[in-house]
Amino acid sequence: MEVMEHYHYTKEHEWVYLEDTIATVGITEYAQSSMGEVTFVELPAVNAEVEQFEQFASVESVKAASDIYCPMSGTVVEVNTELEEDPELLNKDCYEAGWIAKIEISSPEELSKLMTAEEYENYLESIG
Amino acid sequence: MLTQNVDKQTPLHDEHLRLSAQMMSFGGWTMPLKYSGILDEYEHARHGVTVFDTSHMGEFIIEGDARTIGLERIVTQPLSTMPVKSCRYGLMLNAQGGVKDDLVVYRLAVNRWMLVVNAGTTESDAFHIQECLADRGAFQNVSDEILKLDVQGPRSRDVLRAIIPGIEKLDYYTFDEFCALGQNMIVSRTGYTGELGYEIYGPADGVRPCWERLLDGGAKPAGLGVRDVLRIEMGYPLYGHEISETMSLLEAGLGKFVDWDKDFIGKEAVGAEKARGACRKSVMILSDSRRAPRAGHAVWAEDGREIGVLTSGTFSPFFKKGVGLALVQTEYNQAGQKVAFGEKTNPSAAAIVRRPVYQQGSLKH
Repeated sequence: MEVMEHYHYTKEHEWVYLEDTIATVGITEYAQSSMGEVTFVELPAVNAEVEQFEQFASVESVKAASDIYCPMSGTVVEVNTELEEDPELLNKDCYEAGWIAKIEISSPEELSKLMTAEEYENYLESIG
Repeated sequence: MLTQNVDKQTPLHDEHLRLSAQMMSFGGWTMPLKYSGILDEYEHARHGVTVFDTSHMGEFIIEGDARTIGLERIVTQPLSTMPVKSCRYGLMLNAQGGVKDDLVVYRLAVNRWMLVVNAGTTESDAFHIQECLADRGAFQNVSDEILKLDVQGPRSRDVLRAIIPGIEKLDYYTFDEFCALGQNMIVSRTGYTGELGYEIYGPADGVRPCWERLLDGGAKPAGLGVRDVLRIEMGYPLYGHEISETMSLLEAGLGKFVDWDKDFIGKEAVGAEKARGACRKSVMILSDSRRAPRAGHAVWAEDGREIGVLTSGTFSPFFKKGVGLALVQTEYNQAGQKVAFGEKTNPSAAAIVRRPVYQQGSLKH
């Protein structure tokens, strides 16, 4: 399973990439491959206030729907509208083109509650 | 005593693993959910040719005159008038009018029948039928000896005729016995996808080379995931979702598979319901968006009143929208009726549509 080095991760298989106060958020290789072909992404509203680990989006495959939790608190400043027309971007390129939202974060210290790439790789091994 | 329920494996289990299928538990069997991916398998089923291992389904052989042995009373459709080598879809009811199963009856000879039933109900069906026949007719459960393949898609005839010559002569809902690859098998022109297709029944050793030849001939293996998508687009019922012992066949819209001129188990109860009029009706809904309705979702009218419940739902690759089957109050059963589905806090817009919503299939080609 591909894991990106400078990203941080949740136990629910979301990733976050932090540049100054802007956190780009998406789902991991593990998440997209266990869901299968993504058919629909429900994006959060721009300007929505989100809390860390609160549901803020959902992703559907042919067979099931999965809730996506926000890795950090803040305000949604941008969403990836390309996913509306081409949800399979999440399967093709979950770490880059398949990003879900950008958050202006309000609590940088929350990063410590997330896993580093190394910790996430160990976590993936532990869940088999 | 501690007992463990272990799912049964079909004779092609090793093939599914070799093809890296993702397996799932269904009706007491471990079955392929998908191979290459549900959307890819969908494209092949609708535009090419696919093969499903459906060996989990049950088959019974019954001998005797349908009227004398009591077989006629077991099924809602007339059997004695069926031509030999034809198939007929029907329902098997309990005394209260609940649906014990839906099934396809094959008339093998004047007094010889094959009943094809669902996997999860095979054992209870066998018990029920034997009880009804009460030793008047010979009954054999051959489910474990038969390998069953479904070859489905507009190219199915071309690919299958090269392996089993003669199948091209079969009309819709008829079958024949063929000798191919040194084995006797039954092939019917039937299916569960809305496309031109065939179902093959035979001994495991005999049909296995047929599976291999189909894959060599360009048929793509397909799993239960896409099978569900294909049948929902066609509005076909699935036992346990649209029909069950506690659901009404009239509400499910299956009244057309009931022959009111004959006697059958459950007739009185269903007749009484028919006279009263069904309060709910199974309808197809098409979502306004890519969001899929799911079994268990509530359905609301435009004024916010809850009017029903989803029994099946999926993303429709054909419409690129969600599609589902829902039981709604009869007065809302109107094509074009706007509804919403989902969770109360986050409903999605949809409309009731004429069924089947997918009308482009090669079924009768």
